[in-house]
Amino acid sequence: MGATLSRLAGRQAVLLALAALILFGALRYEHFLGWFNITTLLRYNALFALVALGMAFVIMTGGIDLSVGSVAALASVVSAHLSGAGLLPAVAGGVGAGLAVGLLNGALVTRGGLAPFVTTLATMLGASGLALLLADNQSVPVSYDTGFVEIGQGDILNFPVPAWIALLAYIGGAVLLHLTGFGRTVLAVGGNADAARLMGLPAERTVFLVYLGSGGLAGLAGVLLAAQFGAGQPIEGVGWELFAIAATVVGGTLLTGGVGSVGGTLAGVLLLGLIFNILNFENGLGTISLSVYWQSVIRGLFLLVVVLLQARLLAARIAPAS
Amino acid sequence: MSDAGTIAAPVARPRQAGAIAARWGAPIALLLLLAFNLAVTPHFASWQTLYVNLTQVAPIVIVATGMTLVIATGGIDLSVGSLMAIAGSLAPLIFLGLPGLGGVALALVVPVAVAAALGWGNGLLVTRFAIQPIVATLVLFIAGRGIAQVMTGGNLQEFRVPEFQVIGLGRLLGLPVQVWLMLAVVGIAAWVLRRTVLGRQILAVGGNERAAHLAGIPVGQVKRLVYAVSGALAGLAGLVVIAINSSSDANLVGLGMELDAIAAVAVGGTLLAGGRASVLGTLVGALIIQLLRFTLLANGVPDAAALVVKAGVILLAVWVQRRGR
Repeated sequence: MGATLSRLAGRQAVLLALAALILFGALRYEHFLGWFNITTLLRYNALFALVALGMAFVIMTGGIDLSVGSVAALASVVSAHLSGAGLLPAVAGGVGAGLAVGLLNGALVTRGGLAPFVTTLATMLGASGLALLLADNQSVPVSYDTGFVEIGQGDILNFPVPAWIALLAYIGGAVLLHLTGFGRTVLAVGGNADAARLMGLPAERTVFLVYLGSGGLAGLAGVLLAAQFGAGQPIEGVGWELFAIAATVVGGTLLTGGVGSVGGTLAGVLLLGLIFNILNFENGLGTISLSVYWQSVIRGLFLLVVVLLQARLLAARIAPAS
Repeated sequence: MSDAGTIAAPVARPRQAGAIAARWGAPIALLLLLAFNLAVTPHFASWQTLYVNLTQVAPIVIVATGMTLVIATGGIDLSVGSLMAIAGSLAPLIFLGLPGLGGVALALVVPVAVAAALGWGNGLLVTRFAIQPIVATLVLFIAGRGIAQVMTGGNLQEFRVPEFQVIGLGRLLGLPVQVWLMLAVVGIAAWVLRRTVLGRQILAVGGNERAAHLAGIPVGQVKRLVYAVSGALAGLAGLVVIAINSSSDANLVGLGMELDAIAAVAVGGTLLAGGRASVLGTLVGALIIQLLRFTLLANGVPDAAALVVKAGVILLAVWVQRRGR
């Protein structure tokens, strides 16, 4: 009961902030709600949305996946190399690379009993090294002959393909979390792993699958990265994991696990993406001139405000009980 | 973690090969690496090699020592790289704006104090607001480098101030000054952790926070202190790095340092769950990672492949330690 309450409050905080930002932008800037701005914003942030979705599930089980950024970089390189062979091999190769790292993470955490933080820290370094090796330390141009770039640059029904993909992934994620036994097990494991095990829930398998999924989604994000920018980028993805963690936390998922929200995570991604967007518009107005460096300062402050809010809500929830 | 309750390291029992590997694995690995290099790498046994490796490893060890203390309490500090950038950006602003020895003295003290204060703020978020260490320090990880970039406009600051750069370019009794700094930091931290009440308190907090609280240990104060120390040491490392480079680039100073420091701590045998920590282990861990990279580069293996090997070594280290417990 209390958990539901705080989850709702956490999600509402992010939705309120998101609504306020959109309102602010719509009233202040002429082209803010223009189709071009919206689709550009969604096309780019779809990559982060995919990574954050996988991260949200991992965090809900009480784990963490630091490898997602490097995995995206690796996948972008792999898919760029395969792009000459066609769309399908390129996507399969990129996602496959992500799944392979996810599999390793999952196996090390569940079978090896290693701490998720160090495990994924190591695979982050490994994937990054592998990406640089495969790319020979430079960006790998994709083939424009096979239609591969459409998956990143194309539109379906006037809506960017990456945004469609992210939307479908989030719908799938929401269904998985709220309507399936897998979703209940994810939250049960994060709430209390021992209790989940004693109840006969397939805890190990669920944790394994969550890391596998996170790797696969990061791989997909890497494929979209390569298609969108026309090149596999071995040094992209630095800091993506922390962006994804921030978006997840802002979205109301607790890092202790057991409480999480798919919709809130999406709102968190959009919130952090909008901050950058609004900063651009503000500079365009010319009334102030904030350098791009303010972006991270403001993002950090947003994260601070949201986690402080969450902490207060959480304290309010725990206090009467104890 | 099944043994999150242990405060002191369990004594290694001779019959357990795993326990021996866990306890002595890191030093043995370091010795093996040295032996391999002496046999294979040309010109390895030279002062030049020693200086290069010690100079490169010193900032990592300084930061990793603070990280060890934070991790010993069961926390983590992701903000160290950003704090290095803040300190590294602040110092030139001070000594270039205020020429003379007074400016240099201020440039050595103020950035470290600022970094310590920000670290203390991390601790405040962790203790007063019960925010998890990863998230609490993530705030400054994201915002901190931005602050440094805003302070300098993102521009490279170049300088030649020998009085300041002593901490990166000077020599004392034949060894680089930053190596002495590193040894002093490691020595003091190891002594505090092993021999003082504060050290017992740090380990007790990481071992079992509730029990520590019930035993009358000021848990909040201890945690805020270790985060402040971690911040101060990151600030110091930032100063050393810009002194070595004769320039400060807010975009680059300390970039990725949190990962190097955490890796050194993990390889050195400190439990990431807290409650057991070894500063000397961290020194050995950092030396292993540094020497490994040097070995691969000196033998023509590209940097990217060295990353993959580093990943393998970290995994191997934590796996061996897990077997030994």
